[in-house]
Amino acid sequence: MIRLEGLEKIYGGGRGGVTHHALKGIDLSIDKGEIFGIIGRSGAGKSTLIRTINRLEDVTGGRVFVDGVDIATLSNAELTIFRRSVGMVFQHFNLLSSRTVYGNVALPLELAKVPKDEIAKRVQPMLELVGLTDKSDRYPSELSGGQKQRVGIARALVAEPKVLLCDEVTSALDPETTQQILDLLRDINRRMSLTMVVITHEMSVVRDLCDRVAVIDDGLIVESGNVFDVFVKPAHPTTQALIANEIEASLPKSLRRIIHDGPGGPGENPVVKIVFTGPNAYDPIISQLSRTAGIDFNILAGQVDYIQNRPFGILFVEAKGGIDEAEKAIAFVQSRNLKAEVIGYVDPDSVPAG
Amino acid sequence: MSTQILSLLANAAIETGYMVLIALSIGTLLGGPLGVMLATSGRGELFEARVFNRVVGGIVNATRSIPFIILAVAIIPFTRMVAGTSIGTSAAIVPLTVAATPFIARIIEGAVRGVDSGLIEAAQAMGAKPLQIVFKVLLPEALPAIVLGLTLTTVLLIGYSAMVGAVGGGGLGDLGIRYGYQRFRPDIMAAVVIVLIVVVQLIQTAGDRLARRLNKRVR
Ligand SMILES: Nc1ncnc2c1ncn2[C@@H]1O[C@H](COP(=O)(O)OP(=O)(O)OP(=O)(O)O)[C@@H](O)[C@H]1O
Ligand SMILES: [Mg+2]
Repeated sequence: MIRLEGLEKIYGGGRGGVTHHALKGIDLSIDKGEIFGIIGRSGAGKSTLIRTINRLEDVTGGRVFVDGVDIATLSNAELTIFRRSVGMVFQHFNLLSSRTVYGNVALPLELAKVPKDEIAKRVQPMLELVGLTDKSDRYPSELSGGQKQRVGIARALVAEPKVLLCDEVTSALDPETTQQILDLLRDINRRMSLTMVVITHEMSVVRDLCDRVAVIDDGLIVESGNVFDVFVKPAHPTTQALIANEIEASLPKSLRRIIHDGPGGPGENPVVKIVFTGPNAYDPIISQLSRTAGIDFNILAGQVDYIQNRPFGILFVEAKGGIDEAEKAIAFVQSRNLKAEVIGYVDPDSVPAG
Repeated sequence: MSTQILSLLANAAIETGYMVLIALSIGTLLGGPLGVMLATSGRGELFEARVFNRVVGGIVNATRSIPFIILAVAIIPFTRMVAGTSIGTSAAIVPLTVAATPFIARIIEGAVRGVDSGLIEAAQAMGAKPLQIVFKVLLPEALPAIVLGLTLTTVLLIGYSAMVGAVGGGGLGDLGIRYGYQRFRPDIMAAVVIVLIVVVQLIQTAGDRLARRLNKRVR
């Protein structure tokens, strides 16, 4: 559906201006109907990349094909028509403050000169889809962030696009609202078999929404693949760091504070992180650890997520017998084809009881 | 006596209103598009035309840096050409309009520039054409700021109209100077001042109210 070939973007280069090589040769292929995530740190070139797909940004080199058409060849009139087939949702919503919810959602159709009565017929179902029928006559300033983003999504979909571009659409929202918006997007993807490109800097968004993911770093794709595989076996340091951030965020704050990097002081115990993936369930491993391998440990924290319906769990345990015991545990876990490593040390006295 | 003052005042007020309204209307008709063009012709903007932007910006600044009374006198030949005479209420509209146009252009430019660029981007992403962006996005979003700016312009023009009064333009300023000052009629002077204060107050209040009503950004 979308194919990027050797995409390059150099900003600046005007008289005396500094240039910035924002995209350094991007090759990507996004299939029809899939949700494709692009993740990277701030300044990696994510927004630049997504903006090339509807030609909000002209490229310096390379080509963008959407539905087989090289969009650089489109005339202005053709570009206008093309853009109606590509919806876009923004981080800061970009709603018109002077228009009601209805007016905002109607705008793309008005621009396309759709007759008024037909606009009404098409806006209504969109408002229903995003659950805002009762807010039709409200102004954006009267809505919550999540509601504003729903308007943004309805507006992007009302012209029945083939592709939906989402640039950090949940970054301005709290975790609960984020989850609702992600669910909505998933639902829309299924119902409309829409191709979606999702930009984010949060691994959790990729995990909860995307089918495939590409990791962009400093203008280059450094890793890409099925979301589960990338999560389980991140190859590039950037990916590993992004996942580590995500996992770290899942650790309770009180624990994060007391775990410190090695080497451990006298009397301190190593903390082992065990990653569970695929069919190897939690319980057997844990009971085997203590019973079969005779290892004495204390569970500090743990969680199981489902990525594309496959379990993916992380457990943090304190090895009570010191580093030798920790290494035995790691060897045992690895013999079960799971990953484990020492991530730091704690003073046993500072660990909350229980 | 007091009916005489009243009719003098009423006449003068009508003259002032006439001058100001016509100058404001023509000034908006000319300055409005100019302001939109100034706001959208900069580097990387909707209708990029940097030479135009610089030249028009320069002319606007030049006109605005001339004190009004000097401008009014300096363009007397032009006034005569347009109005057929350089004296009287209708003639006074010419310098008022010449002063109002660049002022309004800057007001509109500022208001349009105040619109979040994310909205332009969103409209472009929907396939809006540049003129559609102006009429469907920029102007509606800038409207509250435009109303406030035009209120400011109206008050300014009332002040200016008093100055053209001094050079034979009629209106409240003329009345104040001819009767109140030259014929030693402090009662008329006081009446003129009071009328001006009340009128300006009313206009400002109405403008503020309208702008607030139009502004849906904060509730
Ligand atoms: N119009 C521009 N002119 C010059 N440089 C730009 C421009 N837009 C972006 N850049 C630069 O290009 C690089 C990539 O920017 P981009 O906005 O694509 O990053 P991003 O990955 O979306 O970051 P963020 O997560 O902060 O939104 C940055 O270093 C940025 O400074
Ligand atoms: Mg960005």
